[in-house]
Amino acid sequence: MRVLCCVKRVPAPGAKINITADGQDVDTAHLGFAMSPHEECAVEEAVQLCERFDGEATVLTLGPPEAEEQLRYAASLGVQKAVLLSTDGSSWDPQRTASAIASAIETLEAADGPFDLILFGNESADSGGYQVGIRAAHALGRPIVNAIKGIEPDLDAGTATAKREIDGGFELYNLPMPAVMGVKEGLNLPRYPTMRGRLASKKIEVSVMQAEADEGGQTRVTLKQPAETVSNTVKLGNGPEAAPAIVDLFEELGLL
Amino acid sequence: MADILVLAETEDGAVVPATLEALTAARQLDGDVHVLLCGDSVDADDAAERLGEYGASTVHVGESDLLNVFGPEAWGQALALAIEEISPDVVLASGTSKGNEVLAMAAARLDLPFVANCTELPSELADDDEVELTRVQWGGSLLEQSQLSAETRIVSIAHHALEAESAGGSAAATETIDMEIDDLYARTQVVGREMAEAGVTLATAPIVFGGGRAVGSAEAFAPLEECASLMGGRVGCSRAVTNNGWRPHRDQVGQTGTRIAPELYVASGISGAIQHWVGAMASKQILAINTDPEANMVVKADYFVEGDLHQVIPAVAEEIKKRKA
Repeated sequence: MRVLCCVKRVPAPGAKINITADGQDVDTAHLGFAMSPHEECAVEEAVQLCERFDGEATVLTLGPPEAEEQLRYAASLGVQKAVLLSTDGSSWDPQRTASAIASAIETLEAADGPFDLILFGNESADSGGYQVGIRAAHALGRPIVNAIKGIEPDLDAGTATAKREIDGGFELYNLPMPAVMGVKEGLNLPRYPTMRGRLASKKIEVSVMQAEADEGGQTRVTLKQPAETVSNTVKLGNGPEAAPAIVDLFEELGLL
Repeated sequence: MADILVLAETEDGAVVPATLEALTAARQLDGDVHVLLCGDSVDADDAAERLGEYGASTVHVGESDLLNVFGPEAWGQALALAIEEISPDVVLASGTSKGNEVLAMAAARLDLPFVANCTELPSELADDDEVELTRVQWGGSLLEQSQLSAETRIVSIAHHALEAESAGGSAAATETIDMEIDDLYARTQVVGREMAEAGVTLATAPIVFGGGRAVGSAEAFAPLEECASLMGGRVGCSRAVTNNGWRPHRDQVGQTGTRIAPELYVASGISGAIQHWVGAMASKQILAINTDPEANMVVKADYFVEGDLHQVIPAVAEEIKKRKA
């Protein structure tokens, strides 16, 4: 089984996200980076499936040269191959991103055969365009369903059952492979890198390809902060002695 | 006058409330409001009455066996066909999971841009090929001004960005469009469902007792569970808690978990990082219980108790039992 997971390097913010003086980007001077949370689960799923079915997991990212850090992290979790679609680090619109990823996948598959499963994060943590995986799947002519929180392949049948979370339960889909899925956190519990994994991640060879595609019809003009939530916080008390005041509040709000 | 096409999302035989938000937004534009209703899972006359009340003039019913249950590829093709038939200036849906999915699918087919999760729709959207839109980034922690250039402008309005308001309109006219959907797309149709036991969910609970990393273990959630069960609420948690495996992911409140909107959110031992805050910010009132009076969650809360949740929560459970007795 061959599984590809597509990830995005994003800043790892704490309590507030600051914007650069020109308003064009998140100020990352004091921030670390990570892959989007949904995609950590995509990587974990790819590794688990390839462990179960004796397969090969590949990770791909479109981003600046620094995104190699996220590829090596994926390798430390057990991914065997890594591909960097290199950009100059500027913000790429969703049409352009999807088009570059789809043509890179075609190149990879021409060399090593098709991926049975391609996993995208349902949406990126930062720009959240909700479309790159769908556009790439359409360009490749493959089925895709989003919001997936459970995957069970049946290699004999050549299909994969996918569970999509809806309010109060799950919807089930049965996709013929090769298939594409947009996955969400909760699909699994990602592992932490082991010492052996860390060593492997240093040795892995990252294939670098130049990302190329035409610009689409959406352009970022600027980023801005939403109106601040200002609250006149009322202190109800200290420690367990505040319990009656808390339950008074429940009663006032008609909750008890 | 411009033409606006709104995608109707359906669930359990009815149009979902989020679609009424999209109609309310569509009405603010100067245009004729059309709706695409896919398949026969919803009674077209009932839908026309409901959608008309919220401002739709015409409901176009897409007819095909492949549209009667949801499938993102079939519905995406149906929307693309409707766009070709109606030639709308604007195509709109609520930015729900399926709304964004179907818009993206149609946009991919037509090779058009798609701007997801706008917070409001400027009037120029109806009649200008180049328009600047405000949209959500980071789950709502940042906003982006985005330039959209397209003859057909496909956008979603962020779910809960506005409240649905009736226009008091009469039933919309209905027209059927015979849709030729590619048989291949049966491959992504819903084939079944697994529903949890009925009851209050995290998304619908009137009170949520949330715990963060400071709770310390899976077992230490017991007092929060007790409070939630005494009050008909649910327990929620932060991403740190699910990453530690203390609670299942379905309990996570946050950007990558559930967006909650209870009457009261009791946030215990939660610092209030962005990831968590965007899932909790729609709560009507927030009570923070924390040892740190400077914590982000405390600063943004309506009420605050300074203290250790391991002492405060059991005392709250006792007090609730005393008053219920």
